[in-house]
Amino acid sequence: MIYNIPFIAVAALILIGLYTVIFKRNLIKIVIGITLIESGVNLFLITLGFRKDSVAPIFTSNPDVSQTMSLPVPQALTLTSIVIGVAVLALMLSFIVYIYRHYKTLDVRKVVGGDDE
Amino acid sequence: MNDIISFISAHLPAFVVAVPLLGAFLTPLVSRIGDKSRNIFAIIITGLTSIFALLLANDVFTNGIRTYVFGGDYATGQTMVRILFEIDAMNAFMLIIAAILPFAAIVYSWGFMKEQTGLDKYYTLILLMTAGMLGMMMTGDMFNFFVFLEITSIASAALIAFWTNKGNAVAAAFKYIVISSIGALFVLFAIALYYGQYNALNMAVIADSIPVEMGFVDKIALVLLLAALAMKAAIAPMHMWLADAYGRAPSSVTVVLIGTTLASLYAGFRVIFTIHGNQLEQALNSWTIFGYEFSISLANMVGILLVALAVLSIFIGVFMALKQVDLKKMIAYTAVAEIGYMLLAVGAAIAVMGGDLEATAGYTALKGGIFHILNDALDIGLLFLVAGAVYYTAKQTSINKLGGLARNMKYTTVFFLIGLFAVSGLPPMNGFASKLMIYESTFQINPILSIVAILCSILLLAVFVKVFYSVFLGPKLPKFATAKEVPISMLIAMGIIACIIIFIGLFPDIVLQNVVTPAANALNDASSYIAAITGGI
Amino acid sequence: MALAEFFNSLINSLDTGSGFWNPLVWGFALLIVFLVIYILRGAGKTSYKKGTEQTKPFLSGNPETSKESMHVKGENVYWGFVKSMKFIYDRFEKMHNGNVSDYILWFVIIMGIFFLVLGVI
Repeated sequence: MIYNIPFIAVAALILIGLYTVIFKRNLIKIVIGITLIESGVNLFLITLGFRKDSVAPIFTSNPDVSQTMSLPVPQALTLTSIVIGVAVLALMLSFIVYIYRHYKTLDVRKVVGGDDE
Repeated sequence: MNDIISFISAHLPAFVVAVPLLGAFLTPLVSRIGDKSRNIFAIIITGLTSIFALLLANDVFTNGIRTYVFGGDYATGQTMVRILFEIDAMNAFMLIIAAILPFAAIVYSWGFMKEQTGLDKYYTLILLMTAGMLGMMMTGDMFNFFVFLEITSIASAALIAFWTNKGNAVAAAFKYIVISSIGALFVLFAIALYYGQYNALNMAVIADSIPVEMGFVDKIALVLLLAALAMKAAIAPMHMWLADAYGRAPSSVTVVLIGTTLASLYAGFRVIFTIHGNQLEQALNSWTIFGYEFSISLANMVGILLVALAVLSIFIGVFMALKQVDLKKMIAYTAVAEIGYMLLAVGAAIAVMGGDLEATAGYTALKGGIFHILNDALDIGLLFLVAGAVYYTAKQTSINKLGGLARNMKYTTVFFLIGLFAVSGLPPMNGFASKLMIYESTFQINPILSIVAILCSILLLAVFVKVFYSVFLGPKLPKFATAKEVPISMLIAMGIIACIIIFIGLFPDIVLQNVVTPAANALNDASSYIAAITGGI
Repeated sequence: MALAEFFNSLINSLDTGSGFWNPLVWGFALLIVFLVIYILRGAGKTSYKKGTEQTKPFLSGNPETSKESMHVKGENVYWGFVKSMKFIYDRFEKMHNGNVSDYILWFVIIMGIFFLVLGVI
């Protein structure tokens, strides 16, 4: 049972993130919701690599070959995903700065973007 | 010289992605020299990319599937641990689209963007978008697809918000990046599910190890992938971001955006046909009703769902386009309807797979749908370039305030007429050839589908006749008395696409036999895709 | 020769499952139709007087105001269709407000429908 807790946490994070994106009205809360979903997916990727009684996948100078190591490939995938998430977050926040300067409000129902002129 | 040619042709897949990527990073340096040299540099880079992409497509059409492993030699049958590009005939077909659209866009933006500032960032981002789009179309590795998807969506979002002085462009870009990043995160979740289940990230290896009976994890992963890729490809009812994003971006950016949307649609087809290819004809469930044996397979289920979404797309796209006042938003809703046509044809082909209609109607529907991808990318691209030309001359996009422009802009009117005939499927343009195949094949599958398709084609003609009447025909308005024809670079870009449209329209059979039929065969044939990697079934 | 084969394949007709389409044959037929139309047009009257009532536009007897105000604006060209389909357009306009949370709600609904269909059936 205790080995299932990370997967339950992943499901909870993604559901809370989706709830925040759909039902909250402030633009910054929507961005926080997207970050929550991203954290959930990253946690899922890391958890896939774990094996029972394993250590970090680093080769030291006197390796103990009887010790299992957790898989390093999901850790590389998660690093890539975290970096992409940071870039997307920076872009979304800079868009919010421009939107606030132009619309003077952060309510997502008013930032509709109608036709110009 | 021979060494250089053989070196280039051996590493051609890497060059197709590496050249625009290198060009994107060198553009800020080149723009220190001057504006003209930066424009010429961008045109040279996209020209080289197009030439390499067309050479690669030609090589694949004559010689068969081509694989390229990054960073090492590879013998068929080894365990696949490296990133790999695998290009079969369907990828080569998408490469043809990706070779034409960015080149036309960059030639167009020489004249269109002449008075804007911040142009070195614009050229950098558009080259980056081209590199991401080409990577999405060529890759054979799922996580590599996710990385290229994110590169493309970040570069596109920054370009949609190009005109930051108007609020609604930035609002449209914000909506685009929210939808894009949620879709990409769900794609990553599905990729993680595949990795956890089969310990492989390579599409061919996953397709090989997927069992014939569909497991629970496979169902979740397929649903997540299909829903997220459908959202990225603007299938109704998740299509609403398309109108804002395409309508507010500069026209040359929209032309490359069309390519990325179609690349997501291609990825959806690749997931259904290749990764789940072995499971498609497996019966999911069977009942006996009144002594009649009734079984429904995965192909029928997915096909019926996709056809339902496609009919909804066509309806919503055409109805919203009839009501619009803004010219570019109207063309964007037309693009939603046309993507619905592509999905209708391919979805109908999936729905009858394994049944008795597969040999004739399903195959023709698949060919018609794939042919329509090429035709539609060119048609909608030409229409957006014409809309940009109208905006450049008249500084308005609302059709209420335009009128009588045919007296001043003769060439643009001719190009708009060509685009009008092509989009609504009138002969002799290319739209008619692919739409004829779609009508005839979907009629045999279910008559209601072809009734919807023909009706909405007529309504599309109504939309564009209205635009042609109110924008181009009519008396000369006094505020447009000094309007001139657009600069030559924009005319050349529109001319390239119009010539290709007329060529495909007048000689459709050559394109069908040499380009579309190999692509349809390659999509249907998952086992040769797998055998190119694992060496044997 | 390869060139003759190429030209031969250029004029092939597209073969759909239940028919064929050849744009060159169609263009040739169109040319013949236009020729017939031209001959028929030549059998009409050839004389008219310029500058009299014969060349002015007829607007059911109403006087003609300036040319710019006679042009029908783009939004009003299909008002009959839009007005009669008002019940559909109201629902569509409500669906297409600019609210990005509603767009993600549609995504979750479609994902739920896919799950139900694929899981239950």
